[in-house]
This record gives sequence, C-alpha cells and structure tokens, in this order.
Amino acid sequence: MPANAGIAGYYLERMSSASDAAVVQAFTEIPALLDRAPALVVRGRFLDCECLLGPTGHPFHASIRQGRIVDLTPAPVLMRSWRFSYRASPAAWAEHWQAAPRPGFHDLLALTKRGDAALEGDLHPFIANLQYFKDVLALPRQNFVMVAS
Amino acid sequence: MNGDIEAIIGRYVHVDIDGKMYRIYFEENGTGIPLVCLHTAGADARQWRHLLTDEAFARNFRIVAFDMPWHGKSNPQADWDGSEYQLTTARYTATIRAFCKALKLDRPVVMGCSIGGRIVLNLAIDHAAEFRALIGLEAADFQAPWYDTTWLNRPDVHGGEVCAALVSGLIAPQSPVASRMETLWGYKQGGPGVFKGDLYFYRVDGDLRGRVEKIDTKVCPLFLLTGEYDFSCTPEDTKRTAAAIRGAQVTIMEQLGHFPMSENPDQFRRYIAPVLGEILKSSM
Repeated sequence: MPANAGIAGYYLERMSSASDAAVVQAFTEIPALLDRAPALVVRGRFLDCECLLGPTGHPFHASIRQGRIVDLTPAPVLMRSWRFSYRASPAAWAEHWQAAPRPGFHDLLALTKRGDAALEGDLHPFIANLQYFKDVLALPRQNFVMVAS
Repeated sequence: MNGDIEAIIGRYVHVDIDGKMYRIYFEENGTGIPLVCLHTAGADARQWRHLLTDEAFARNFRIVAFDMPWHGKSNPQADWDGSEYQLTTARYTATIRAFCKALKLDRPVVMGCSIGGRIVLNLAIDHAAEFRALIGLEAADFQAPWYDTTWLNRPDVHGGEVCAALVSGLIAPQSPVASRMETLWGYKQGGPGVFKGDLYFYRVDGDLRGRVEKIDTKVCPLFLLTGEYDFSCTPEDTKRTAAAIRGAQVTIMEQLGHFPMSENPDQFRRYIAPVLGEILKSSM
C-alpha cells in the first residue's frame, strides 16, 4: 500500500481548498480504519474488486481483496482498469461524514439522487456488497473534522 | 422483563380478494375505533408492533395490522403457480377493502406507510366514504426513482441483503441502532421478488399525479406525515401532493426517515399521538 502521506501530498499540492484537502486526507485513512473494523472486513470477505472511489476531481484506485483495501492509489494511473466508480463532491463527503449528517447527505444513494455523487461502470460488485460499501465509505465519520474553506 | 407477554393477539382470517381466497395473518390490540395499519413494501406488519402495544392508543382504538399476501405470515394465493408477484393499484385497493370487510370493521381509520401511504391516497380518491380518516406516512402522489428495481431479484445478488442495504439509507441517523437493525431484518426476510413486486405498484402502476385533486377531505380527513430523512418520498414530495388537496394536513417529522413507526417508535409517537387524538375527538 502506498504511504498515506505520499498520497495526501500528491493531492494537497493540487487542491486549493483546505476542506477539499481534508476530504482527500480522510480517504487515505480508510484502509487503516477498515483494518480496525473486523466485522466489516468479514462482511466483504467474498469481495475482490478494482474500483474508483473518492472526491469527484481527485479519486483513488482502490484494490479490494477479501474485504480489505490492499492498495489505494490516486488516479490517474496509466491504463488502470476499474469495474465501478463512486465519486462525490468534496463538500458532499464532508457533509456525509458529519456525526449526524443533514437529510440528503446521510446515504450514498441519497447523494446520487440529489446529484452530488455519480455511480458509474459495472455496478454489480457495488450492489452485491452495498451495505459493505456504505459502511466502508462512512468510516471517516468517526473522526472527520470539517475544515472551513 | 423476563416472562412478559405482550397484549398483541395474532390470528388468521380467510379473505376473498377478487374471487381468490387468501389466508391473511393479522395482529391486533385494543378496543374502540378500528385503526388498520399498512406496512411498507417488502416488509410485514411487525413494523407496527410498538403502536400495537401502546396502552394509551389501545384504550380508544382497535389497532389492527395485517401482512399483505406474499408478506410475513400471509401466503400467496392457494393456487399460486410460481409466477412472479406484482402488486397493482387495483389489487392493493381490493385487498385492503376485502380485509376490512372480512373483519366487519365499521368505517375504520387506515394508516399506511410508503406504498401504504400511496394507497391511502387512492382510498381517499375512490372510497373516502368507507373510512373515518386516512393517514399517509411517507406518502406522495409520485416520487422520482433512485435505483433500478431489477437488482432486487436476480440470482447473482442476495435479495435479502440488497433489499436491506438499499433501504438502510432511508432510516434517520438518529434512530436507535436496535430499531434500525430490526427494521432491516424485516427486509432481509422478505420472499424473493416481493419487494420488487410491491414496487411495481409504487413505480409503475400507482402514479396518482393529476388524481389527488379529487380528494374531498370533508368526506374523510387526510393526514400526511413524512420524515425529514426520507429521500425516497421526500418532504417536498409530500408537500407538493398536499398542496393539491384542500384540507390535507401535513407534518414533517424531524429525526425520522422512511420507517417512522419501526425505526424510532418513541420519536414517531410524538407526531402520531396528536393525529390520533384529533380523530378520536372528532369521533365523539
């Protein structure tokens, strides 16, 4: 797995907003948070998947093996394939990760319905493991702090 | 406490619905004004267990909640040949009216949630005089779809898991974990294709836009209550619907989602108690 500081540094240089940078930083911490959530890893134990997740303009290639994120690399990566992508605006992620998110920001599919997120590609791995992805992508909620931009 | 037995009584009634016999499971408690409760799509009457055991409500209402055919403990019709289940506006309306008739309920109040809320609007349009009052929870004449229902019943996706995972986002974040999990458990237990079949009514056959204007709340009062976290039937959907119905009473419920009666019974009680109180007062 790439060093998280390296990933954050990659994007931090390219991001103008402190809050956007906080969202990227939070994404880099998801693999470690997942490793500390054994029940969630068990939920995803049948899942092996390449996917693209993260803020709309700065997503990550995630390699999932048996429910663990074994690699998280900032896109673009030359000719790297993915089966599905879930990308949301940094503001939407920041709202989603509040302790009590506002209505409309509290669920991945609420975000797609309101147009703040896009779900694309071959959706089968996402739908077949929907609660897993909802819970994995909510992991930063436990320690995310909104940064005023 | 250990050994406590709830006041709910569960029984079966045989009901003729459009010429076919169904064995319908229902639970009830209380005496007084009949109050028939309709569960959400792909679920069953267990969603109403907290309302059913509310001692204050049960003093004035005969609270009845039944499992729709194909749901919970109500089987498909006896001659079911394995074909796919599909709920229509006509079949849903006939089922509710037949159930009320079979139990000889005198001008019951009907309270439905989600698809139950939608069908309540249809009851108000076409059969208002048969009911004392109608209550639609998470109800609107139409709402925009937010997923493809073909995912709900196919061999390469676990139906119970995907149904529960989809609706999990409709529960308010403030709802107690135990109530959230119990609500989702109901979805994990639905029969294959039943949730999808219910949504045929919701998505395809039951569009009531352009019809709700006919509702006359002087014949039968109409109450609409929607949770602020329901992004399937949003507060805006309910308010838009109510704006076309003179006399409809709208309440937006804070810290509740699409399953108010089961996801957070205490919070729901704060909103439904005044409605039931008003119905009781007008019935005296």
